[in-house]
Amino acid sequence: MWEYTDKVRDLFLHPKNVGELEKPDSVGEVGSIVCGDALKLFLKVDKETNRITDATFQTFGCASAIASSSALTEIIKGKTLDEALKVTNQDIADFLGGLPREKMHCSVMGREALEAAVANYRGGKPREAEEGEIICQCYGITDQKIKHVIMENKLRTVEDVTNYTKAGGGCGGCVPEIEKILKEIWSEKIIEEGKPKKRLTNIQKISLIKEIIEKEIRPLLQSDGGDVELVDVDGNIVIVSLRGMCRECLMADVTAKNIEKKLKELVSEELVVEAE
Amino acid sequence: MKVVYLDNNATTRIADEVREAMMPFLTELYGNPSSMHTFGGQVHRHIEVAREQVAALINAEPGEIIFTSCGTESDNTALMSALEFAPQKKHILTTRVEHPAVLNFCKAMYRKGYKITFLPVNKSGRLDLEDLKSSITDDTAVVSIMHANNESGVIFPLNEIADIVKSRGVVLHTDAVQTAGKLPLDVRKLPVDMMSFSGHKIHSPKGVGALYVKRGTRFSPYIIGGHQEGGRRAGTENVASIVGFGKACELAKKYLPDENTKVRALRDRLEQGLLKTCPDSRVNGDVESRLPNTSNISFEFVEGEAILLRLNEYNICASSGSACTSGSLEPSHVLRSMGVPFTMIHGSVRFSLSVNNTDEDIDLVLKIMPGVIKELRELSPYGREVKK
Repeated sequence: MWEYTDKVRDLFLHPKNVGELEKPDSVGEVGSIVCGDALKLFLKVDKETNRITDATFQTFGCASAIASSSALTEIIKGKTLDEALKVTNQDIADFLGGLPREKMHCSVMGREALEAAVANYRGGKPREAEEGEIICQCYGITDQKIKHVIMENKLRTVEDVTNYTKAGGGCGGCVPEIEKILKEIWSEKIIEEGKPKKRLTNIQKISLIKEIIEKEIRPLLQSDGGDVELVDVDGNIVIVSLRGMCRECLMADVTAKNIEKKLKELVSEELVVEAE
Repeated sequence: MKVVYLDNNATTRIADEVREAMMPFLTELYGNPSSMHTFGGQVHRHIEVAREQVAALINAEPGEIIFTSCGTESDNTALMSALEFAPQKKHILTTRVEHPAVLNFCKAMYRKGYKITFLPVNKSGRLDLEDLKSSITDDTAVVSIMHANNESGVIFPLNEIADIVKSRGVVLHTDAVQTAGKLPLDVRKLPVDMMSFSGHKIHSPKGVGALYVKRGTRFSPYIIGGHQEGGRRAGTENVASIVGFGKACELAKKYLPDENTKVRALRDRLEQGLLKTCPDSRVNGDVESRLPNTSNISFEFVEGEAILLRLNEYNICASSGSACTSGSLEPSHVLRSMGVPFTMIHGSVRFSLSVNNTDEDIDLVLKIMPGVIKELRELSPYGREVKK
């Protein structure tokens, strides 16, 4: 017996947003009856604002597949397509108060249906539908999908890959190939992570800080009506000047802290940011 | 709310008489049957009574019964023993639809260098006896074929199987966990060397089983230690459960005719009713040769776990061969071996009855099930494919 949360039980027994939409603006379909689960997502999209005004679903599958589908429709209603695309499979699981690990593939299916529906609306093809080489013959799962889900959910074991994608859950014949993919991805990553950070010269450090502020931080602040300028770098102290909305904002400290966090992550742990 | 329990191939309710028979051994009669003092020693007599009761159910001699901890232990013990006495033979013959207790044991032996033949079954779950005949070689150490399948309920023709295997002089083991108490069994007329039984499938507690070893069969213990069970199975006896198992066998013998009349009638009414009220459903397994208590039905376009959890809301208990209920994402190996399409396996539900079931139980399922299937089909993108 699976340990389902009350939320999963509730949305399974009394699912919201069930059925076909009349004249949907977009449909996203993933899975198949052979796989044991399938989800068809229907969207109404406001053409002016690109906002999802209604979302419904039809799902063939187990309790957590039905609950995940219902959760997805609840989450994305009212969001713009871009906002909706930021919803991850973990968000769907979180909305449900968590899913048993073996059932995480249900949340992945939700995320995929959403991608398919948005792609369908925009007239493109969903990311993985036609790409890649089929690894799991039982459930028709491609290497592209496996790689993508491994990265997005930081999966480390074959068991988790099966839990999240179902690949390897049928005859188990593809388990060695999944192991290979895991090894490829993580040894690459490990090499990246393991590389000791080169000690930067002062000039390199200042130009890197400058570049990050220009390319990553300013655009963010500008979109909120603010701005920032690099004033000076004194040893490990980065002095910035907040402009526009940011200057008057009570959250100026928070903004400075956020800049510091970003710079610590990308340049050096030792940096401290001070606003002028 | 009353529980409508239709999952008796998984486990059964402990019969009241069984519980009563056990109680003294869970309270004042706690002595060790191996002890010298009367207080402990007197317990031993009750184990021997239980042995007689188990033997009586299958017409064996009490000395042919070894108590174990479960059906799985009985299976493992039998196969290990057979292999031990044929060290030069490296082939095991079994079927694709065995219980994991045999199936995974064989897979483990494969990794140790044994050759395994897994006999296929046809669409109705039947074995091809010609296949069996031609698969036995001079290298075959043991043949292990279940009597009836726990998922489909299909019964294998044990008499004919035994004749074939014994004519080649090979040791034959049978997992009869699902048939004890449901079909008459007479080991005097069956040339089977070893047979496995489990207590909790016939209304005794979990944690007790038995292995029948025909007189004259060479036997080597699996669990090694003390002298219990005549040196054939070490470990202090699970006295209360053994006593309960004995009582359960006595009851099973008494109720055996009911299985074929009362239980069969309830099962048939349930099955016919569901097939009639739920479109696109069909029975899995050989209806000609099937346990009287089991019905395995596939409901197309819906998924088994969803069906079970909807039934759960009405306290109706059943099980499914769907991948989502297996804990491993792997759909039922039995139904797959029978060539049941994946789409049908996902929507398979097994109902298994017992003498405790009533007409009201069946009425409730017949009332609830069509709505459950209909609602889940309305939820499903394939719902429209249902024939109108």
